[in-house]
Amino acid sequence: MKVAVCIKQVPSREWHPRLNDDRTWIRDQDANFEMNEPDAYALEEALRLKEKHGGEVVVCSAGPARVAQVIREALARGADRAIHVEDDGLASADAFVTSGALAAAMKDETFDLILTGLQSDDQGFAQVGVILAEKLGLPHATIIMEVQAEGGSLRVKRELEGGWFQWVAMPLPAVLTIQSGINQLRYATLKGIMAAKKKEIRKAAAPSSASPKQKIVSLYVPEKGKKTQMIGGSPAEAAKELVKRLRDEARVIS
Amino acid sequence: MILVIAEQREGKLNRATWETIVGAQQLAGASGAPVAIVVPGAKTSGVANELAAAQVKEVVALEHAALEPYTPDGYTAALQDAIGQLSPTYVLLPHTYQTRDFAPKLAARLDRALLTDVTAIKPGSEPSFVRPMFQGKLTADVVPQGPAPHFVTFQIGAYRVDRVAKGASPAPVRALTAKVDAAAIREKPEPPFQQAKQAVDLSQAERIVSVGRGIKDQTNIDVAKKLADALGAEIAASRPICDAGWLPMERQVGSSGQTVAPKLYVALGISGAIQHLVGMKGSNTVVAINKDPDAPIFEIADYGIVGDLFEIVPAIIEAVKQ
Repeated sequence: MKVAVCIKQVPSREWHPRLNDDRTWIRDQDANFEMNEPDAYALEEALRLKEKHGGEVVVCSAGPARVAQVIREALARGADRAIHVEDDGLASADAFVTSGALAAAMKDETFDLILTGLQSDDQGFAQVGVILAEKLGLPHATIIMEVQAEGGSLRVKRELEGGWFQWVAMPLPAVLTIQSGINQLRYATLKGIMAAKKKEIRKAAAPSSASPKQKIVSLYVPEKGKKTQMIGGSPAEAAKELVKRLRDEARVIS
Repeated sequence: MILVIAEQREGKLNRATWETIVGAQQLAGASGAPVAIVVPGAKTSGVANELAAAQVKEVVALEHAALEPYTPDGYTAALQDAIGQLSPTYVLLPHTYQTRDFAPKLAARLDRALLTDVTAIKPGSEPSFVRPMFQGKLTADVVPQGPAPHFVTFQIGAYRVDRVAKGASPAPVRALTAKVDAAAIREKPEPPFQQAKQAVDLSQAERIVSVGRGIKDQTNIDVAKKLADALGAEIAASRPICDAGWLPMERQVGSSGQTVAPKLYVALGISGAIQHLVGMKGSNTVVAINKDPDAPIFEIADYGIVGDLFEIVPAIIEAVKQ
């Protein structure tokens, strides 16, 4: 089974946002980056499918030169090779441009299955996997919590809202967007890190024709919806003050 | 014309549709554009008649036997054709899991812009749409590019259902037979099911103490449980905690778990990703304790303490006992 996993590099969870001068994007140079968490689960699922059914796991990422870091990490965890669509413009690209770049680089590979995270922790479009499926002419399913791929057919458990699920069958090849928590992640071993250095990363150019479908005109720190009372002081002082306000002001504890 | 795509399953309307109608009426307000609603499904006249109470130009029941159960192939084919006939300037949807499954495919099929998870509209000659980015750490005003129609999905809770403008008399309802080739639908869905009986009904809890990634380790859950005991609260968690198996899935609050509205919600080490906020923002009083002063949870909290929860929580337990 030839499985592709699309991964994105996103600012780390600890990153404090800083804006660029025209306040339409972040200051990239200040950020630390990491693998988008849902994509890490997609990678793990691909590695498990390979362990069960054999074949190959190919990591695909669209982004500037710095995304080589997460590609190496994926190779160290056990992916066999990688495709890197490299372009500085992809750092802030919308879902149409990103999926277009991935589709162009992936279409001749004839993957049996393409996995990606359900959305990214940066722009959070929740679109790339589905648009990629449409561009490649493949069926898809989203927010997947279990994958059964036996004898050329695919059956997946789709998460619905409020604790409901649904099994969906479809023919291969197909595209799935994976929900966080579908499996337990593995970490790279020293052996894996060494082996990754010898693995192939094919560089591809982004299609020149891509035109964005949305434009960020302003980026800012959110306005507070309600008036938050921040309580300062030592832990003991803050705790005492909080309990006082919960009793006397909010009247939610006795 | 502004078109709302309603969501229903087996004749039961998803109430988030009403929120989207409020968004459509607001967007129309500036331009005077009429609003129409399309209801895809196998038998949708009941839902269509229910929605006709809204002040809209018309409601279209887009029917085909192959539209029940929902499939992305079926919905994309049917709506592609309907949008071609109705030629709207905007297509609006609630940002539900079902919308997330087919809207990107539909927008890609038509090669049109899709803005997702929108929380507000900024009107003007060229309206912009407000959406969270970077896990809610930043907010963006976004303008769709390229020709109409532009697709927009609204975050659940972005608009209040009780703000919907109702008509003096019901809007006209008409049936439109959807163009769907049932044989071309590749996805074969089975009936929805619930994983396990929900043994814990958090929606009835008066007080909830909820833990997030900031709890760091499974053994630290006890700290939160002690606070819950002191406050007479149920224990709950954000998704990553349940994914890790530190608390059972049935205690998860958020879009994939339970929706709660207690008198008191104490968020310990929860950053406030939108998937969590949608499950708890109806809470009466929200307390947030987090080491990160920029955590989005502080935006919706009534009381906030920035600091180490492992120092603050024992101090709260002590203070409650006094």
